[in-house]
Amino acid sequence: MTADDTHRTINTVYRLESAKLIARLARMVRDVGLAEELAQDALVAALEQWPGTGIPDNPGAWLMATAKHRAINVLRRGKMLERKHEQLGHELEARQEMAAPNLEDMVDDDVGDDLLRLVFTACHPILSIEARVALTLRLLGGLTTDEIARAFLVSEPTIAQRIVRAKRTLAEERVPYEVPRGDELTQRLSSVLGVIYLIFNEGYSATSGDDLMRPQLCEDALRLGRILAQLTPSEPEVHGLVALMEIHASRTAARTGPTGEPILLPDQNRARWDRLLIRRGLAALERAEALGGANGPYALQAALTACHARANTAAETDWARIASLYASLAQIMPSPVVELNRAMAVAMADGPAAGLAIVDALTSEPSLERYHLLPSARGDLLSKLGRLDEARAEFERAASLTRNARERTLLLERAATCARDSGNAGPPSSDGRPRAIG
Amino acid sequence: MRFMVLVKATKESEAGAMPDAELLTAMGKYNEELAKAGILLDLSGLHPSSKGARVRFSGSNRTVIDGPFAETKELIAGYWLIQVKSKEEAIEWVKRCPNPHYAEGEIELRQVFELSDFTVTPEAQSSYDSVAAQLEARAKA
Repeated sequence: MTADDTHRTINTVYRLESAKLIARLARMVRDVGLAEELAQDALVAALEQWPGTGIPDNPGAWLMATAKHRAINVLRRGKMLERKHEQLGHELEARQEMAAPNLEDMVDDDVGDDLLRLVFTACHPILSIEARVALTLRLLGGLTTDEIARAFLVSEPTIAQRIVRAKRTLAEERVPYEVPRGDELTQRLSSVLGVIYLIFNEGYSATSGDDLMRPQLCEDALRLGRILAQLTPSEPEVHGLVALMEIHASRTAARTGPTGEPILLPDQNRARWDRLLIRRGLAALERAEALGGANGPYALQAALTACHARANTAAETDWARIASLYASLAQIMPSPVVELNRAMAVAMADGPAAGLAIVDALTSEPSLERYHLLPSARGDLLSKLGRLDEARAEFERAASLTRNARERTLLLERAATCARDSGNAGPPSSDGRPRAIG
Repeated sequence: MRFMVLVKATKESEAGAMPDAELLTAMGKYNEELAKAGILLDLSGLHPSSKGARVRFSGSNRTVIDGPFAETKELIAGYWLIQVKSKEEAIEWVKRCPNPHYAEGEIELRQVFELSDFTVTPEAQSSYDSVAAQLEARAKA
C-alpha cells in the first residue's frame, strides 16, 4: 500500500467513524465544537502513526480510544474543568465518572443514543435553519466545509463561519446534549425531519449543469433519514419521511429528458423509475402506517407519491385515493396549495367540472393571488370543459405570473391553442388531461 | 454510488451447509451495522448451484444446463447492495465483514450502473411516448 493509499484509507475510515466519534465525545465534554476538534486530533494521530504501524484491525475502535484519551486529558486539565465547573456544576458527578473510564466498555457500548443526541443538537431550533443544515451535514453526514459550500452554491468561508457560529451558539446558550422527551420530542423531531427534507429537496432541485455535489445531497439526506429510522424505529413520521424521499429518489432518472429538460410526472418514462427504491419506499410507508402514523404530514405526502409509484401507467393512477389523501393533508396542514392539488385530483377522478368548483372557490384566496399554478390549473379545466376563451385568458395570466421561461413558453402555447380552437368552435381538445401539480 | 458486494461460494456453501451459529450471529451483527449506517439497500443469500440452472446461448439455440456447477470459486453465494460515497468507503465496509469462508475466500465489489447512466436518446423517448399513449388509450377504452 502506498503512502497515498494509506492516507486515502485513513480519511475514508474517518469519514465512516467521525459522526460516532463526535457523538460520543460530545457526551463526555458537553461541547460539540470541542468534540469535533478532539475527533480531528484523533485523525491527525492516525495520519501520523498508521503509515508506520499499518492500519489497525479495528480502526474505528482505535480512533475512538485515542479520541477518548484526549478528551479525558482535556477534562482533567484544570482550565477546562473550572470553566465547565462554573457552567455545569451539576454535572460534576457525571464527569468524575467519566474521568475514571473503563475504555473497553466505552468502546464497545452502543453509540446510538449519543448519535441521536447529536442529531437533536445539530438540528436545535435555537439555530437558524441554514446553520442546522450545515451543522448536520458536517457533524452527521461527514461532509467537509468545502463540499457543503459547493452543494449549496455559497462560498466556503460562509459555510465555515456558519458552522463556527452555530457551535458557539450551542455552547453559549448551554443547549443540553440530550434527546428531548414527551411533548418536546414531537416538536424537536419535526425540526430534525425538516432539516433532512430540506437537504433532500436542495439536491432534488439541482439541474444538469450543477456541481455533482448538489444531486449528491439527495443521497446524503436519504442516508441521514435511514440512520434516523434505525435510531428511532418507533417514530412513524421518520419512516414517513424516508418513504417520501425513497419514492421521490426513485424517479431521478426519469425526471429529465435527453437535453436536461424537466419531464413532468404524467409524462415520465416509468421504466426508468428505480423499482428497488420504490419497494423500499412502500415498505417504509407501511411501517409508518403500522405504527399508527398514516395521518402524519410526511406519511400522507409519502402515500400520495406512492399512488403514482404503484401505477404502471399514468392512466392507472388512483385519483380518487389521491383526492382523499389531499383532503386528509388539508386537515392537518390547511393550505390553499394543498386544496388546489386536491381540486386537480378530483378533476381527474370525477371530471373537470367537479375540480373547477373547488378551484373557483380558491380564486378569492389572497395568498394565491400571484400564484401562477392557480390560473394555469383553472385554464386547464376550463379548456377541457370547452370554455376556451376563458381558458385562454387564464393561461395568459399564468404566463404573466411565472418566473420560469420554459414554463411561460408552454403556457403561452396552450393559450394560443385555445385561441385557435375557439376560432374553429370545435369540440374541446381531447388530449388535454389535467396536469398534476408539483 | 452503489456497489454490489458478492460473496463467492465455498465447498461448504455448495454442499448446502448453513453457516454455524457463531457466523450467523456475526453476520447478523454486521448487517445491522450496515443498516445503522444507512447504507444497506438490499441483501440476499443464494441456494447452492445444485438448485439452479444455466441457459446457454449459441446463436438462436438455447440449451438448459442444470446445476450443480464445478467451478466453486467462481460461483456466487450471496450479495449485499450498498449505497456509499466512494469505492474506498465500500472497501472499508467489506473489510469489516466477518470472514464468510472460515478459511480462504474472496468477496468481490462491483459498482452498479445507475439508471441515469443510461442516457435516453430522443428516438427512445419518442418511442416510449407513443407506446405510453397507446397503453393509455387502451386503459381508457
